[in-house]
Amino acid sequence: MTATNVTFKVFRFDPEKDTEGRYQDYTLAVAPGETILNCVNRIKWEQDQTLAHRFSCGSAICGSCAMKINGHATLVCKTQAMDKVKDGVIRIDPIGNLKPLRDLVVDLTPFWKSFEKVEPWLAPDAHSAPEKERLQTPEQFAKIDNSTTCIMCAACFSDCNVLEVDKRYYGPATLAKAHRFIFDSRDARTEARLRKVTEETGVWDCTHCGECSTRCPTETKPLARINEIRQAAMKAGMHDTSGARHVLGFRETVGKRGLLDENYVPIRSVGFFNLAGLLSLAPVGLRMLARGKNPPFIPHSIEKAGEVRAIFAKREELNK
Amino acid sequence: MYSHDVVIVGSGLAGLRAAMELAGHLDVAVVTKVYPSRSHSGAAQGGVAAALGNMDGDTPEAHLYDTVKGSDFLADQDAAEILTSDAIRTIYEMEHFGCPFSRTPENKIAQRAFGGHSYQRACYSADRTGHALLHTLFEQTYRQGGNIQIYSEWYMLRLIVEEGIARGIVAMDIQTGRIEVFRAKTVLFATGGYGRAYKITSNAFANTGDGISAAYRAGIPLMDMEFVQFHPTGLYQHGILLSEAARGEGGYLLNGNGERFMQKYAPSKMELGPRDIVSRSEQTEINEGRGAGPNKDYVYLDLRHLGREKIMERLPQVYHLAKDFIGVDAAEAPVPIQPTAHYSMGGIPADKDCQVLLDEKGNKVTGFYAAGECSCISVHGANRLGTNSLLDALVFGRRAGKSILAATEGASFAPVDEKKELAAARREIDSLLHNGATEDLHAIREELKETMTLKVGVYRNGEQMKEAHGTIKELQARFVNVRVDDRRKNFNTNLLEALELGHMLEYSELIVAGAEVRTESRGAHARDDYPTRDDENWLAHTLAFRKDDGGYELKYKPVTITRFKPVERTY
Repeated sequence: MTATNVTFKVFRFDPEKDTEGRYQDYTLAVAPGETILNCVNRIKWEQDQTLAHRFSCGSAICGSCAMKINGHATLVCKTQAMDKVKDGVIRIDPIGNLKPLRDLVVDLTPFWKSFEKVEPWLAPDAHSAPEKERLQTPEQFAKIDNSTTCIMCAACFSDCNVLEVDKRYYGPATLAKAHRFIFDSRDARTEARLRKVTEETGVWDCTHCGECSTRCPTETKPLARINEIRQAAMKAGMHDTSGARHVLGFRETVGKRGLLDENYVPIRSVGFFNLAGLLSLAPVGLRMLARGKNPPFIPHSIEKAGEVRAIFAKREELNK
Repeated sequence: MYSHDVVIVGSGLAGLRAAMELAGHLDVAVVTKVYPSRSHSGAAQGGVAAALGNMDGDTPEAHLYDTVKGSDFLADQDAAEILTSDAIRTIYEMEHFGCPFSRTPENKIAQRAFGGHSYQRACYSADRTGHALLHTLFEQTYRQGGNIQIYSEWYMLRLIVEEGIARGIVAMDIQTGRIEVFRAKTVLFATGGYGRAYKITSNAFANTGDGISAAYRAGIPLMDMEFVQFHPTGLYQHGILLSEAARGEGGYLLNGNGERFMQKYAPSKMELGPRDIVSRSEQTEINEGRGAGPNKDYVYLDLRHLGREKIMERLPQVYHLAKDFIGVDAAEAPVPIQPTAHYSMGGIPADKDCQVLLDEKGNKVTGFYAAGECSCISVHGANRLGTNSLLDALVFGRRAGKSILAATEGASFAPVDEKKELAAARREIDSLLHNGATEDLHAIREELKETMTLKVGVYRNGEQMKEAHGTIKELQARFVNVRVDDRRKNFNTNLLEALELGHMLEYSELIVAGAEVRTESRGAHARDDYPTRDDENWLAHTLAFRKDDGGYELKYKPVTITRFKPVERTY
């Protein structure tokens, strides 16, 4: 059980004198069992007091210390350093999708503000306030058990690929927060909440890349929660969004022919009578046509389409 | 200069609950050195106490007696009665705000056993109850919107008190380094505890007790500082908290020989004795050579017989902490543990309505209130029962809000000498940035923490405490030349750590001072040279006053006893 020398390449940035960030190397003898937070603290305390980073509880519950380790957001207090060494090096950057303020510290304002979109507080039926606790079955509690473990560390926000290109997207943590109320049996605004997160830039804008759940240090796992919200919205008949129509288009074509009709789905998604939407598809369609990449105009079926149809029929039956 | 009717320092359960009470009625600001959801209330795990009686025939009277007995009869019984009689309402209120609680098969709030409680009284959310409660209140601040102005990442530098009247605070914006006076009609401190003065501690790095010593520097005495709770199940060497719920759910404590040693110390309650007794039992096993491991310096928390399914359902956080931090699968192996500094019973003296006391005679500071762990009201006396701290923060947070509302409506701002206050704050900062720079900040801090853990820890004696006191004096002298390398204004956490260390050195002396003089053993204050409780001489609260020359003076005030005469405490 001896210590290993590890080079930490740490992002440094001081807006008062730097126009962009740079990396500074620190070498540390890392003991087995040492967490990355412990290493970063030792860098600050033993080698360079000018390093700025956030941390507080040191036990994975306050959510302060998310940083990018080798390019991926990680809660560093619960991460073993030796697990992350690559060729003797660990690279540490501030979390992404947020503006660096100094060194490993970012401006969290957009993250905190994103929660405002989902009115993150319980809205029970005002006319039925009991004297004691509201009753909830263990099964009903289990539905919000995962989403309420969120510690707001912003690791998901950091590595979300949608947020990288569209700052209007709700973001994974915010949707998990919405989930926590949509699935709370005590909340009386379920339908309005569902409608809100399925319209605008909510659940349907997620691309299923799964980064949020991979980076999440808790059981929140936002992608799973986003999927549960989508399913709830479909069940509630909220089909009048491009995301819902996209899903229906998938089901209609795959359920019929056993494969995706790539001409049909985009049109189905924007809506058959949405002239502006249809026109917006034209440039891509024309480019594909010009390069011979367009799907065949006459859709065909796979050989065993009958089996796929049977699966879908069984599923429909189960849903009833 | 900023100006608010009420300035609340601290954004944990007590601070946020008080803010909710005031929102919409007064212009209220919350100043926090972190973000609200980072506050240390969120780290509480096992539960929050209330005699709901969902599992058994519990009553508030039983809760009161358990609390007073747990306190080793140092709690003020009138205050403890407020705590326990308001508990049930508090839990229902939090449930109505949306707190997710685990449920019984009858769909009520589930309750589990906890150390020192004679009924299943701990309402819980798996083993992350503090987190559930804190996030519920944080959600409510979103609901309040602009009615509560939150200054996140602002560090409180000074409390302004003149002529017995609180006038506001001085604080620094951590993100820019800007220093501002916050003028206020009323100030509430909800700044948390001081457990970071110890090396082995369950406390967050932020728990440096700044509020407590800021009050002390402003001329307010500190009460019962020598009473520091050591939690029996800190993860070995890390000090990280493993919830008492682990024992509430049936976990065993084993020594190095595999024996359930609590049989010897608390035969009827076994592992569910109160924390002071269980921690001492562990320490005795270790001191007498029955510890585990190569150095025989820890004992075990054994959950194996609970089975993986129950562990994952009821104790998921405990499981993951052991797994992630020391690589032990608690379903398959016992977890190495040791006592860890956990809770500050002492703090800023306040009356039942949270108004801060100026002296041992009961005179009060106008416009200054304290609630939560930084306060000493005193509901926990010499030893707090598990699950009573979240309750304390919620009950007295709300109560502080109510008394502040009554006292502040119609009040006016007392004059503040802004220039003088800013100059005083800058002087302190300059003394850290411009000095001989010969002393290493981290080295001083480590020596302090080590000294506190080794010499003012679970067991204490006169000789060791004298040494500790000498060490602290020496560290205070070295601190005058502490080296701060960072000269930047924005996010200068080097400077912040120096400011925090200044506080730690100041109040740590008071912990030792109170402990040295108190020649008895009571609750968490256990002396091997004075092993018994001495009600004749020491049934009293300590008050440490700051003298003009920087020294201190200890005075005492009687304990309020209403219903329960002190008796010998056995479990």
